[in-house]
Amino acid sequence: MTYDILITGLIIIAQILAVVVPVLISVAFLVYAERKVLALIQLRRGPNIVGPFGILQSFADALKLITKENIIPSGSNKIVFILAPIITMVLSLAGWAVIPFAPGWVVSDINVGIMYLFAVSSLGVYGIIMAGWASNSQYPFLGALRSAAQMVSYEVSIGFVIITVLLCVGSLNLSKIVLAQQTVWFAIPLLPMFIIFFISALAETNRLPFDLPEDESTLVAGFFTEYSSASFVLFFLGEYASMILMSSMTVILFLGGWLPPFDVYPLNVVPGVIWFTLKVIFILFLFIWVRGTFPRYRYDQLMRLGWKVFLPFSLFWVVATSGFLVYFDMLPN
Amino acid sequence: MVLYSLTFYLFSSVAVLSALMVISAKNPVHSVLFLILSFVNASGLFVLLGAEFLAMILVVVYVGAVAVLFLFVVMMLDINFVKLREGFLQYLPFGALLGIVLVIELGILFLTDRSSNIYNNQIPLQPIVSELENTKMIGQILYTEYFYLFQICGIILLVAMIGSITLTLRDKGGVKRQNIDSQNTVDASTAIEKKKVKIGEGI
Repeated sequence: MTYDILITGLIIIAQILAVVVPVLISVAFLVYAERKVLALIQLRRGPNIVGPFGILQSFADALKLITKENIIPSGSNKIVFILAPIITMVLSLAGWAVIPFAPGWVVSDINVGIMYLFAVSSLGVYGIIMAGWASNSQYPFLGALRSAAQMVSYEVSIGFVIITVLLCVGSLNLSKIVLAQQTVWFAIPLLPMFIIFFISALAETNRLPFDLPEDESTLVAGFFTEYSSASFVLFFLGEYASMILMSSMTVILFLGGWLPPFDVYPLNVVPGVIWFTLKVIFILFLFIWVRGTFPRYRYDQLMRLGWKVFLPFSLFWVVATSGFLVYFDMLPN
Repeated sequence: MVLYSLTFYLFSSVAVLSALMVISAKNPVHSVLFLILSFVNASGLFVLLGAEFLAMILVVVYVGAVAVLFLFVVMMLDINFVKLREGFLQYLPFGALLGIVLVIELGILFLTDRSSNIYNNQIPLQPIVSELENTKMIGQILYTEYFYLFQICGIILLVAMIGSITLTLRDKGGVKRQNIDSQNTVDASTAIEKKKVKIGEGI
């Protein structure tokens, strides 16, 4: 009896580690990839000193940051100040519990998987608000306010995009969402929704061109201005882990998860996890490409895009999709 | 089974303790943060009951949206903590009365109503996992039996929304707004004006 619990507990911990460790390692390489791609876009060389082709640069940076002194401002609210980066980091890793990497490769295959992801990504704003408030300083506070308004606004349209996909699937389970795309990936029939989701994902993860919470030209470094050393590393890791999480969410909702592009011989023997990884890498490349290409939005433009363009359009698509499905009797059971 | 009980006691004790901290914390921002912790634990309890959809809705709606705006407002307020404490004794009898009424009601429910459904239907200690997802179960009841009530709820929310917008919307003069259509339709004939300037006079 007691051994059973121990073994169950150990299996759970092993599963968690099997997901979290690759995620953290891929965060390190994502940071390297981002610097390299941005360098290529701007005709520079990028990191090329540490290790072959500079591939160990992120590890060197992480080591450097962790060994620095952790400064906690005397005017800050210390407990909340320390909690904020931890919450950001934990939430960006918690979402991975429901991501199916391949058929059956999922820590927890729950019925409301997509709602869980949506809930976890909507909680991400707390780390930022708490950091901004606890720092007790003007720039972080402004960053936190911007971030709260921005993330709440774009969540609304993300919600409608998810509803559109769910109408075509008939289940909230992520594995079922992937399996529903065996005939055609949802990116093709729901292309406008795919684009809206991608842009909202940029806003949700505070990436350029919507990185107003950490807008360095007006807010120094936004909500993490006062952070240093290990707590800064946690914010940094959390931001990139949630970027990968949002990319995986995009892949599951629109690009057929672990499914190969065509169900023909040489393609369908490749393991699902490889297809999944390739698609996530493609979406991450888009994230970086957008960063290297577009100028930052002004705050009123950001709000206008969220509320006056995306919200009515995605609402219209929910109605149009459901009308189409009902009219042609294609509703899933 | 043991894991189930352990998680239940974890969630419920943290929920009760954080609810206690909501009313006893000195700093209002801490109160809101404890409220959020309490919400999250309540949603954990929903998961244990097998109501995973309600649990997720609780997190998305209350924690992800309502509490964010609530925290937003509390952070912006300039609250005088000493003044806030002053009225404590004044409101104490009223609050205590409310609490006592609630306790008596709960007591009546538990002590006298032993013959009611709660005790006749054996409540299982663990949720029964049914084949039907509870999202579908809610949908099947909500859009058939309670269809009109559901629609009325929607209309009430719409009225509240329109009301709050009309109350807060003011058209202040002198606000510069970007007109994207007019910016996009600009061409050389409207953007550039040619003028002959006489030497020594200016425009």
